[in-house]
Amino acid sequence: MNIQQTAQILLRKKNTILENWMKNQLADASLRDDLLSNEDLRRQSEELLNSLLQAVSHGNFDNIYSSEFEPVNDILGDISITRARQGFSPREISQYVLSLKQALTDVLEEERRNEPELLYREVVLLNKLVDSLSIITFETYLKGREEVILRQSDEISEISTPVIRVWDGILALPIIGTLDSSRTQVVMESLLQEIVNTGSSIAILDISGVPAVDSLVAQHLIKTVSATRLMGAECIISGIRAEIAQTIVHLGIDLSNIRTKATLASALQLAFGMLSLEVRKSNQVSTTKLFK
Amino acid sequence: MDRIPILKMGPFLLVTIQVDLYDRLALNLESDLISMVSKTGARGVLIDISAVNIVDSFMGRILGNIASMSRIMDAETVVVGMQPAVAITLVELGLTLQGVYTALNVEKGMELLYKKVDLLSEQDDTIEEDQDPHDITD
Repeated sequence: MNIQQTAQILLRKKNTILENWMKNQLADASLRDDLLSNEDLRRQSEELLNSLLQAVSHGNFDNIYSSEFEPVNDILGDISITRARQGFSPREISQYVLSLKQALTDVLEEERRNEPELLYREVVLLNKLVDSLSIITFETYLKGREEVILRQSDEISEISTPVIRVWDGILALPIIGTLDSSRTQVVMESLLQEIVNTGSSIAILDISGVPAVDSLVAQHLIKTVSATRLMGAECIISGIRAEIAQTIVHLGIDLSNIRTKATLASALQLAFGMLSLEVRKSNQVSTTKLFK
Repeated sequence: MDRIPILKMGPFLLVTIQVDLYDRLALNLESDLISMVSKTGARGVLIDISAVNIVDSFMGRILGNIASMSRIMDAETVVVGMQPAVAITLVELGLTLQGVYTALNVEKGMELLYKKVDLLSEQDDTIEEDQDPHDITD
């Protein structure tokens, strides 16, 4: 069988293939014209088809990891990553590549009407080729989705550990969500860095947003407090709810050498006391004057 | 052999570690510092480790040792300027340097030392005052 010849036929019939493919895609129920306009779809498809036919023009239908297929893989990767970001479903993306198979075989069927044996072998070859292409598509699609997930989880952990400067020399760190090892690491690093940057001597760790405290979380808290102490700052833990206090005592965790307060307000008050600051009403003087 | 200079500042000793400590250097520092404390009768030791980027368990133990030894010789130890990474490493190693005072920078460390030593001398004063009436009654 002359593979080169097959490639030649496909190259010659490029326009027909493209039309067939577009027709298949537009007819498909999973077409998402809300996410991608038909012109863009056509442009993408034409670009992909061009590079694909260019790649097979030397008769290589098997090895899609060879250098001829590099542009094809690149284009396909780009398409699936952008579609993953746009929110296409996996089904829609694989449908895109698989509908090309039908378009290709239709053309060959037309050409090889009198040579069924040859047609069969060509179709098998094309099947294999398009299948490997769809695997690549799916792989990159998943990679794209994973990147999105990774970025989001990074963002969440960044957002959830803000270090707030509540007063000159006092930092507050409200922790929201479960504390695990990696999270503690981020919390600890950002807190310690902020202590260095601001030269603060008191840090308040507010755990009212932590849903549950087990021995591991307590261990993490103790570590953070110790590290803060090593840096030369005091650490106060606030926002300890009744059930958390119960768990801590039931678990037998010793927090006796850590300053704890029930609310952020009382922790702040303690911090003011430690810095010998006092907060009072400003109109007190005027009322006493009034009474005089 | 390399040695880390130990400066005398009034009643205190000031040590600034500008290089990464290797074991031999740390051991030398320990013995030098203690002999200086005994020679000068210093009331406090301030160790600035702001330029130290790498610590190991040995280094942590040396710091703890210096503090305990100084305590026995009636001098307080303050470690100042610890880098965040160093603090995290020490905590992960389980070395929380109990008994060592810490401060953010040399300025605050000095303040702390003065406070500690003042407190101690006040205590001494009160003891003496307490003793005086006894003497009279005796």
